[in-house]
Parts: sequence; C-alpha cells; structure tokens
Amino acid sequence: MSELPSTALAPYAGAAVGDYVQILKPRVMSLVVFTGFVGLAVAPGHLHPILAMVAVLCIAVGAGASGAINMWYDRDIDAVMRRTAARPLPAGRMMPGEALGFGVVLAVGAVVVMALAVNSVAAQLLALTIGFYVFVYTMWLKRRTPQNIVIGGAAGALPPLIGWAAVTGDVGWGAVALFAIIFFWTPPHFWALSLYRAGEYAEAGVPMLPVVAGARETKRQMLIYTLMLWPATLAPWLLGVAGSIYGLCAGVLSLIFTGAAIRVWRDAGDRSARQMFAFSLLYLFLIFAVLLVDRSGGGLP
Amino acid sequence: MTAGDVLDANVDLKQPDERERRMRGRNRALLAVLLGLVALFYAITIVRLGGG
Repeated sequence: MSELPSTALAPYAGAAVGDYVQILKPRVMSLVVFTGFVGLAVAPGHLHPILAMVAVLCIAVGAGASGAINMWYDRDIDAVMRRTAARPLPAGRMMPGEALGFGVVLAVGAVVVMALAVNSVAAQLLALTIGFYVFVYTMWLKRRTPQNIVIGGAAGALPPLIGWAAVTGDVGWGAVALFAIIFFWTPPHFWALSLYRAGEYAEAGVPMLPVVAGARETKRQMLIYTLMLWPATLAPWLLGVAGSIYGLCAGVLSLIFTGAAIRVWRDAGDRSARQMFAFSLLYLFLIFAVLLVDRSGGGLP
Repeated sequence: MTAGDVLDANVDLKQPDERERRMRGRNRALLAVLLGLVALFYAITIVRLGGG
C-alpha cells in the first residue's frame, strides 16, 4: 500500500495563529504603517500620543484587513503563482470564509475605532483606502488591465493622508505631496518585480504590463514614472513641509533611483530589475525616514 | 492495514492533538486581543474625557 498523506485524510483542524498573521501581509503592512506614521508626524498640529498610537494601529489593521480580503479573492491565482502558492488559502491551511470574515471584521473595526477615537475624516479616508484596494484594485482592475497597479496604487498611497488627517482633520497640500510620492513610486516598483515574474503572472492570467506590452515597453514606462517621481519627491521641500536636508537627500536618492531605471532599460536580463525592486523598497523607506528626521528637528530650515 | 484503518488512526490519534493545539493557540491569541482592546478603549476613554 502506498503511503497516505495524513493531511489528505485529516479533518480540518482550523487555521493556526501564524496563518492569521500571514494573511494580514505583515511586510506590506509595515511599509503602510511607516508611511502613515510619517504622515501623522509631519502634519502641522498636535495629537495626543495615545490617539496617535490608535490612529497608527487603525491604519495597520485596515491594511491587514485589505490584505486578508485580497488573499480571499485572489486565492485561485495565488495557487498558480510560485511566489504566492504557499499562502494559507492556496495551501489549504485556512478556509476561504475564515479569511473573508477575518478581513471584514478587522476592516469595520479599524474604521469604527478611527472614527470614535480620532476623527471622521481619517476614518473616511481609511474606509476609502480599504474599499479602493478591495473593490477597485483587487476585484476590478487587477485581472482586467495592465494599468492595474497604476490606478490601484492610489490605495497604497493613501496612508500618509490618513495619518495627516488624523492630526489636522483635513487634507493639506503637504499630505497630497506624500500621496504623490507613493503613487508615482508604485509603478516602477511593481513593474520591476513583474519583469522577472512575468511568466508567473501570464500563467495566472494577470495582465501585468510586461505580459501585455512586453519588457521593452515596461522598461520605458518605468523610466517615465521614475522621472515623474522627481517633482513629487521634491514637493515636500518646495512646499516647506521639509527642509533642505530632506531636499538634498531626496535629490540624491531620486538620482540613484533614476540610474537604476536606466540600467533596467539598457539591461536585456533580469538582474537589474531585481536590484531595482530591492532598491525601490529602500528608496521609499529612506525618503520617508529622512522626512521624519528632518521634520523632527534634524534638518535645516 | 487498510486505508480505512489508517484514516481512523489518523483521526483518532494524531488529529485531535493538532486540533487542540491550534484551538489553544487561537484561544490564547483571542484572549490577548480582547485584553488589548479593553486596555485600548480604557486609554481612549481617559484621553477623550480629558479633552485630548
């Protein structure tokens, strides 16, 4: 008799705590939380530290909820792609309903707590962010157009606005500048990844730009978006939200990022795209970290 | 040994342990979350009452 896999015979034991953590997409959440926190920290005004902590927590939970609902909806294509096949849903460690219920409860909870503890504008922006990511990006755009991550990228760019609105109760030009940085950073970031994962996206039926338009066109558009990122990145300095140290660092980082895009454009292989993807994460982290340091008194006026 | 015997052994001996282990983990996590929420709402209430 051949050996029978125990998991094939086992009654469903329920998902482990680690699986619940995994469907919150903690790595994505960490960047969202960080940018949201910076939005909160650089906004003019004052928010009680406890309420600031609550606002950041709500942003984190809202981001996690979006990730959970995204994993519920995308479980079919996640099973096809090597990068995502080990996630709790395609791996069979969690039932779809568990993920959906978990995500919806967290989403509603995060928005309600934000409204009760912080303010209604921040809560509405959080609801907009979750709704945009789930309905506009995940359910509508992702499988239909190569512009999926361009338009859908707005959801990932909203957290600094939420943080800003948590302090001020409205959305100022400084907040719009922070939004623009992440919005224009998203296409080159994701297209760098999709350049060397194009085969998997094609197999899963996701019309990422390299799949639909080819590597050459993707690289061209990556370079264009990287150049469009320049004014967005320098805007906080030009608007007076940040000082000259930020302006200098943003310029140097954008120069390196543009250089990376040019290398990708000239490289026929995958190596430079992998390097650009890795650097793009560092780039966004450093831009917001410098902004934070500059704003908190480390920079020059 | 038949496949049915393997199934019975699997359900009776191995899986209850795994089920209980996972349930215990979930229950503890839920307890931690509930206690965290109690502390959170307490802190929010104090701050709000103080005009924060």
